[in-house]
Amino acid sequence: MMLSCKEATRLVSMGQDRSLGFAERAMLRVHLAICRGCGNAARQLEFLRRAMARLAEQDGTAER
Amino acid sequence: MSADFRAQVESERPYLLRYALRQLRDPDAAEDAVQEALLAALAGGAGYSGQSKLRTWLTGILKHKIVDAIRRASREQPLAAGDEDDAGDFDALFDRRGHWQDPPQAWDDPDGALHQKQFLTALEACLAALPANTARAFLLREHLGMETGEICKDLGITPTHCWVLLYRARMALRLCLETNWFRK
Repeated sequence: MMLSCKEATRLVSMGQDRSLGFAERAMLRVHLAICRGCGNAARQLEFLRRAMARLAEQDGTAER
Repeated sequence: MSADFRAQVESERPYLLRYALRQLRDPDAAEDAVQEALLAALAGGAGYSGQSKLRTWLTGILKHKIVDAIRRASREQPLAAGDEDDAGDFDALFDRRGHWQDPPQAWDDPDGALHQKQFLTALEACLAALPANTARAFLLREHLGMETGEICKDLGITPTHCWVLLYRARMALRLCLETNWFRK
């Protein structure tokens, strides 16, 4: 059973909050390998997490 | 309690205010949370062992005050029944079979953008555009670093609803950054 892109993006998001199960990880990996759009989206969602961390960092160094 | 300790704690106020504003968005609520945290810190000054940095310790106290504020706000304005389990708008990004209508293209040097002040301003604008409860869940997760189990409890929602909010937030922010920064 193949994942749709809609399901894949939901799993990518969930994967940021909990460990995915073995089957979920495997299906997602296959989908991301063959779907360029979802590969880009996954990278962009990962980038978003880094961007939030950077925002927090900037708060810490901002001038009073 | 030394005047020195008091002064050091007080000097952290601007940082704590930025921290609270990031999460609570409302300046009055942020001021209140910071004030409560500083009072608690000064009252419980004996609890500070000096092992962690003062800022880390104070932020820990502030997090509790922020979560209290959010719990109160969520009780006063419970999420509408229609919000439950509904990824809503983002279903429109996919066709009937669940494929992208418009597959995302790669962004040009996103990590490079992290060094640009205007990018961070654009990100802040995208955060501000999120609906209140979506923003709350997302910031509790990404800013306070809370686990989703705790977030659901604090917001008074089911785990599924929690994941939907986080999904919505991430997809909205992705789209907002793409529209307002990477595709400009």
